[in-house]
Amino acid sequence: MSIQAATEETPAQAILETGTARRSEWSRVWRRFKRYKPGLAGATLVIALILIAIFAPLIAPYSPTEKVGRRATPPSAEFWLGLDEIGRDVLSRLIFGTRVALIVGIGAMAIALIIGVTIGAVAGYFGGTVDLALSRVIDALMAFPLLALLITLSALFEPHLRTVVIVIGVTVWASYARVVRAEVLSLRERDYVIAARAIGARSPRIIARHMLPNVIGPVIVLASLDVGSIIILESALSFLGLGVQPPTPSWGGMLSAGRSLMRNAPHIAIAPGVAITLTVLAFNLMGDGLRDALDPRQRE
Amino acid sequence: MLRYITIRLLQGVVVIFLVSITSFIIMQLAPGDPVDILIGEQQITPEQIAAIERKWGLDRPWYVQYFTWLGNVFTGDFGTSVVRTGQPVREMIFEAAPQTIKLNLLSLIVSMLIAIPIGVLAAVKRYSLFDYGSMVGATLGIALPNYWIGLMLIIVFSLKLGWLPPYGSGSWKSYILPVAVLASQEMAILARLSRGTTSEALSQDYVTTARAKGLRDRTVVTRHVVRNALLPVVTMIGYRIAFLLSGTIVVETIFAWPGIGQLFFNSIDRMDYQVVQAIVLLLATLVVVANLVTDLVYAYIDPRIRVR
Repeated sequence: MSIQAATEETPAQAILETGTARRSEWSRVWRRFKRYKPGLAGATLVIALILIAIFAPLIAPYSPTEKVGRRATPPSAEFWLGLDEIGRDVLSRLIFGTRVALIVGIGAMAIALIIGVTIGAVAGYFGGTVDLALSRVIDALMAFPLLALLITLSALFEPHLRTVVIVIGVTVWASYARVVRAEVLSLRERDYVIAARAIGARSPRIIARHMLPNVIGPVIVLASLDVGSIIILESALSFLGLGVQPPTPSWGGMLSAGRSLMRNAPHIAIAPGVAITLTVLAFNLMGDGLRDALDPRQRE
Repeated sequence: MLRYITIRLLQGVVVIFLVSITSFIIMQLAPGDPVDILIGEQQITPEQIAAIERKWGLDRPWYVQYFTWLGNVFTGDFGTSVVRTGQPVREMIFEAAPQTIKLNLLSLIVSMLIAIPIGVLAAVKRYSLFDYGSMVGATLGIALPNYWIGLMLIIVFSLKLGWLPPYGSGSWKSYILPVAVLASQEMAILARLSRGTTSEALSQDYVTTARAKGLRDRTVVTRHVVRNALLPVVTMIGYRIAFLLSGTIVVETIFAWPGIGQLFFNSIDRMDYQVVQAIVLLLATLVVVANLVTDLVYAYIDPRIRVR
């Protein structure tokens, strides 16, 4: 990481910074991240969304699941985003919907990272037949049109928040495995890895202590960019009726319910769409910023 | 080159085999006994049930069933639909496929025609208002869920203005909304990508050389920059097929478009697993073939890859 980082700074800076403590690596990343304003805005929005999800019961003006007025009431001073097809407050449902979006986005990503990093590291480190077999599994997973696979799996199991998180997690890990495999493969013959092996370090320790820290940058970037696509996938599943089930408020489900009232009460379908877009945008911008900060080689 | 093609072909075959066995196993996990689904509400004797099980090989272990199914697939027999009793799955796919192909091809062409010039222009006029505007648009385009764009377009153009039909696949007018939805996301990705590759090409030495010998800016861009910048863009399109097909499922469901996506979703809904299995296998094969062709084209154009 420090070698990559140095290439984009002046040689003098690089010399000054070699051998400095670990802390300076992260402060340098932070300095680079701060420079890209849209990335900073995205990160701020992500933090705001996390706070909204945590404090939803305090922020929401009404109950997300109870009727508070006449169905399909348009936005007013009392109900800022109007009422939905049953008469529930759209804004409150939107606020609680943040929880589902973030739980799925971050939860599924965590599962995908654990599977993807492990399989990628094993394939890259051991090479040979192991690599050949695992690589074909990765290829096969990538050949499935993702949404088709997700729809099929979701239809098989009981529809539930947990199901959605697991199903998305176990289907989207292939791209992380691919990245980690390639990086680990290129690190395998580095001097410090050979040195670690020579002093008798075992494989799991070499992978975990010496290789993964060098791989983590590109993986974090890819992951933060993908949280957005996972949130879109979840909302698409809920929209098709296969995701989180009512009355739990999820943005995709709200959209799908608003569909039948599109002509007379378009506000029901508009609000969750804006929420999804803003959330995905926030994660994507943050990911762009992280890419510039962590992985200068990948810069567009 | 021949060695490279052979290896890639073999890998493709292995991948399709893995996909087929996975989709078969997933379908085995599906709820409901296939015999129950087949007979429905009819009164039936145990002997008749045994006869049905024998006919479909359901009394055999799953791997025997798998190879029977695979063998049938090789002869073009994907089984019959349970919902539309007795109709061969192959017929249903042949009916739906042209609708999906038309939709996707049109979207691909539209998005290329619009996005590539925008991306190139944004790179040439870097940091201009046009560059910022188009890249903000592209960033938004990636973040917008496509089914939501679909609903909004229906609200505006069908329900409010009454210009375009909200669903179905009748006249040319019915193509506009679904194509717009499918193309919007591709456009966003292609515009960003072609901006990136163009600005990279602009910084190459041969561009400086071309400028130094006094060529006009326009000639430099069209003759030296764009040609090199488009290579990764064109190959990217090959890899995007899987995503495009995923998008089709949602878009066809929204617009009631009688294509593969809608057939797939309806079959899931009605537990018509023979149809689901056939479509999954078909889509995955398509993706593998498209990726393979893309890799080969890329290797043919860019000799650096062949050597590896």
